[in-house]
Amino acid sequence: MKVPSLRAQAAATVAALGAGFALVFFYAPLDADQGFIQKIFYLHVPLAICALLGFVVAAGHAIRHLRTGDPVHDARSYVSIHLSVIFGVGVLLTGSIWARASWGKWWVWDEPTLVSFLIVFLLYATYYPLRYAIEDRDRQARYASVFAITAGAFVPLNFVAVRMAQSLVHPRVFATAEGGLPGSMLFTFCVCLLGMSLLWLTLVRFELAAKSASAKLSRLRRALEGETYGPPSGSRIAPGVPSRAASPG
Amino acid sequence: MTSPEEGTGGPGARTHSLRAFTAILAKDLRVELRTLQAVPAMVLFAVTTFVLFRYGLDRTSLSGSLAAGVLLATVLFAAILAINRLFVPERDEGGFDAIRLAPVDGSALLAAKAAALIVYLVVLEAVALPVFGVFFLDTWTGVAPLAGVLLLTDLGLAATGVLVSQIGANSRARDLLVPLVLLPLLVPVMIAAANSAQRLLAAGGPSYGGIGKWLAVLALYDVTFLLVAYAVYDFVLED
Repeated sequence: MKVPSLRAQAAATVAALGAGFALVFFYAPLDADQGFIQKIFYLHVPLAICALLGFVVAAGHAIRHLRTGDPVHDARSYVSIHLSVIFGVGVLLTGSIWARASWGKWWVWDEPTLVSFLIVFLLYATYYPLRYAIEDRDRQARYASVFAITAGAFVPLNFVAVRMAQSLVHPRVFATAEGGLPGSMLFTFCVCLLGMSLLWLTLVRFELAAKSASAKLSRLRRALEGETYGPPSGSRIAPGVPSRAASPG
Repeated sequence: MTSPEEGTGGPGARTHSLRAFTAILAKDLRVELRTLQAVPAMVLFAVTTFVLFRYGLDRTSLSGSLAAGVLLATVLFAAILAINRLFVPERDEGGFDAIRLAPVDGSALLAAKAAALIVYLVVLEAVALPVFGVFFLDTWTGVAPLAGVLLLTDLGLAATGVLVSQIGANSRARDLLVPLVLLPLLVPVMIAAANSAQRLLAAGGPSYGGIGKWLAVLALYDVTFLLVAYAVYDFVLED
């Protein structure tokens, strides 16, 4: 499969997200129950889906890293988790705003989806101290992959446990007795989801490209200054990225 | 560690990982019996926490979800004490090196450590549960089935605990990292165990309605994380 260039993919992302938001504001009907605030749904839910899928993708990369020992997969796993955590912040913020507008509270504790997402988010937030606490790069990469796999298995289990524990006041928009979303809303949602997934993929590739470029730069700089020793520059917890990491796998 | 009991696993470990498992487990339990490092500290911690709850909540009897929460939070934090210490002797005294030098499967070490942790937790609960009953319970009818729930909880604690403890043992900030990573991972166990226990500790005797699905979640968690730990353990073991 031919991988599109980063620039073309970025353009496609802008187009899809632009089209999605245009549909949100000019095409999708107002929600009969919640009115205008319901439109945050088209941002909040795709963000959440992308963040959770990103965690699963990271677990997949981690498995490949452990099987092959290739640091490229560790770098991909790291970047996937990194971006999913950032998306996760977005999910919590938009979810809070939506909760405030429709339920009157910023946070509702007996709401399973909120709580389970928060737990997953907190778990993945510990990925950074974990990497930071292990100095040896090789071992750090291996342990980070073990964490990514364990946490990847944890994500679905956590949702089962928390959802069973509590009441269901979170809207179940796709599977309700009345048949779920009307067609125009579903179409808008799908475009937004596509745009958001493209955004996630583009950002992953962008970060990998940036990391490999800065690694190359520091290698060149060291060669220029005639230094053959010294630690690699850049942050200590980000994995070193070989130059071929920029293509997605 | 130059203890004579290492000799018991010597030639047998080469052919059979079951013998390696029993040898490591026996070694751990013997070390614990001689040094008394983990279990007495856990028991003391649990009893002190019950006293704190007793005066902090200012209640002479508890039932339902409050009782379940007090019991399980105490067991959880006591377990973290043991999980923190689980691999420290191996690391400080060179036990890892000895085990890696011997032709022993890594999963034997994993299973032995998990079994040792389960033994510690069972001993802890054997003391803590009666104390809990004396302090807080009006009726004792729910205590026997509660032991079964706690056993399933221990399995889950052991599966994730061993994995995280092994990761923590080789990091710089061990005491910080283990609870940080472990607590979110254990949330599903605590939810399922607390929901089962609150039915057993309900005021006016245990009720068994709806307890089955919670036990199923607990068992699902145990199986999943035992498998995950088994699958990835070789990669966290030092080479």
